Amino acid sequence: MARAGAAAAGASGVFGLPASRRRDRRWALVAAYFALGVFVVFFLFPPYYMLVTSFKTNEEIAALDTNPWIIEKGVTTEHYTGLLTDSAFPTYFLNTIIVTLCVVSITMVVSVLAAYGLSRLRFWGAGVLATGVFLTYLVPDTLLFVPLFKIVGALGLLDTYWALVLVYPTITVPFCTWIMIGYFSSIPRELDEAALIDGANHIQMLLKVFLPVALPGLIAATIFAFTVSWASFIYPLAYIYSDDQMVLTVGTVTTLIKGDVFHWGGLMAGALMAAAPPVIVYAFLMDYYIAGLTSGATKG
Amino acid sequence: MADVSLRALRKIFDRTEAVRGIDLEIEDNELVVLVGPSGCGKSTTLRMIAGLEEATSGEILIGGELVNDVPPKNRDIAMVFQNYALYPHMTVAQNMSFGLRLRKYPKGEIDRRVTAAADILGIAELLERRPRQLSGGQRQRVAMGRAIVRNPRVFLFDEPLSNLDAKLRGQMRTEIKRLHQRLRTTTIYVTHDQVEAMTLADRVVVMRDGVIEQIGPPGELYHRPSTRFVAGFIGSPAMNFVACQLVEENGALAARIDGLAEVPVDGAAHERYASHVGRSLVAGFRPEHIREWRGAEDGRVRCAVTPDVVEPLGIETMVYFAHDGAELCARVLPDSNPEPGGEFTLSLEARRLHLIDPDTDRVL
Repeated sequence: MARAGAAAAGASGVFGLPASRRRDRRWALVAAYFALGVFVVFFLFPPYYMLVTSFKTNEEIAALDTNPWIIEKGVTTEHYTGLLTDSAFPTYFLNTIIVTLCVVSITMVVSVLAAYGLSRLRFWGAGVLATGVFLTYLVPDTLLFVPLFKIVGALGLLDTYWALVLVYPTITVPFCTWIMIGYFSSIPRELDEAALIDGANHIQMLLKVFLPVALPGLIAATIFAFTVSWASFIYPLAYIYSDDQMVLTVGTVTTLIKGDVFHWGGLMAGALMAAAPPVIVYAFLMDYYIAGLTSGATKG
Repeated sequence: MADVSLRALRKIFDRTEAVRGIDLEIEDNELVVLVGPSGCGKSTTLRMIAGLEEATSGEILIGGELVNDVPPKNRDIAMVFQNYALYPHMTVAQNMSFGLRLRKYPKGEIDRRVTAAADILGIAELLERRPRQLSGGQRQRVAMGRAIVRNPRVFLFDEPLSNLDAKLRGQMRTEIKRLHQRLRTTTIYVTHDQVEAMTLADRVVVMRDGVIEQIGPPGELYHRPSTRFVAGFIGSPAMNFVACQLVEENGALAARIDGLAEVPVDGAAHERYASHVGRSLVAGFRPEHIREWRGAEDGRVRCAVTPDVVEPLGIETMVYFAHDGAELCARVLPDSNPEPGGEFTLSLEARRLHLIDPDTDRVL
């Protein structure tokens, strides 16, 4: 963005815009950079503070006479090594990965099939059902976890992460279905008909035409499901108590906050490591989030 | 290769009857064009033949086989859509070969067919491109290529040229005709453009409000339309219609158009018209059958008019004039220079006159 702005500014000089327009443009750029600068500082401050703190010794973190913004008394990786070797943190990490992979898989299979059915199979009540699916998403977790506790308990899944694998899709499936319905509906009907005449059955049409064409939507839905199951806090807090079943969000907090003792270095290191996979997933998938993939399918 | 038969075919959407029991026999290798204004049921008919719409009643036979309950993929047809309907994520070659790949053809055979079709259509150098990198005309060629590689029994075209600009439309029209002459596959082509219908078709089927108005070769539709609708729909500019009186004088019949002319009726037609003598009818004559007056000639009638608009087109000049509340048109040679608002004398070819019964709208 900055490069494009600079290039445009250069071009305006070349093509000799009136001086007043050039001056306006410069001021607009200055204002934009200032606003962006404030924005960046505001949002990057917490991760920076976490990073700095996670590499400080416990003495420095506790000391009141040091500058909290920089590391003054030497860098240490003791918080990281401590977490990875001397705590249940690796177990939490593994559990979280298992839960997330299961939830994302279940969510995508169910919501893609549901969205295909609701947007294309033209059966009686499809419209009402589609709206109904979305309405279930509007019930907040903070209400839902109480009745779901009963169900999870009755199924004997309390205190296992399989409870989360069962419960998270109740949040992710409706929303992802809704996203996919939107993307599938934007696919022109002639494309199905062409595929139908070409000899595709419903599964082939879904896998070979719909999914590739709706790839941006598929990725958006995947990111959503991933984020929900990676970062959810209230369900593991309510349903899981044992260390070997615990996931990252609650595990990090319960291990490193003992009563009123906060292990700040460990908390910061744990939080940073826990946040790394979503950052990587976002960065990786964003490259594939190619909007406008459908252009050229039909006229336009 | 196959013939197609439609028997008492009907389609009802909710409460509207889109197709009202049509019968049509399309012969093997024939190119038939369904033409009519929007909402006439032509596209619905085509979609029922393709299997994309279910027929409410009636029979569809392809190659003598009843296909009402056969899914589209087993009807051995290929369809070209108005908006191309290319798969955006596939290259041109993949688009064309998709149907063959689904049917598990061997790779060598697929490559051979795709290359052959691409050569026919002149898109060999585009095979690795994606649809969004192609122009409208190229996309339409790819859509046709996708139909050709399948080597189907019947080609279905659903207004394939409507999205192209006028110049390209003309080129593609010629190309489709050339293609049909080369491949000789039974083809059903839907359009609302009567010029397309006339230039392409072996036989034209004119539809209106879900029924067939007339079926015939282009020349027959032009020279012997059976209804007022067909008479007005085929030909551009459209046929002129004006009220007239059929009168008998000294054993000869004439159509008297008050204030314009009295047009003698061809002797051969006397029998057809005899029962209508004395009635008020509608006279129809095409703009191309009126030209400027060059003195008395056999079989031509003089009429003096006051042109209100004159459109010189270079090759000819359109002269518009009002008569009896109707706007009429004559096509005259470019060297005659009528003045709008002035006097102009026209010559009407008497034997080209069509007489239409205003009660039934049928051409007598």
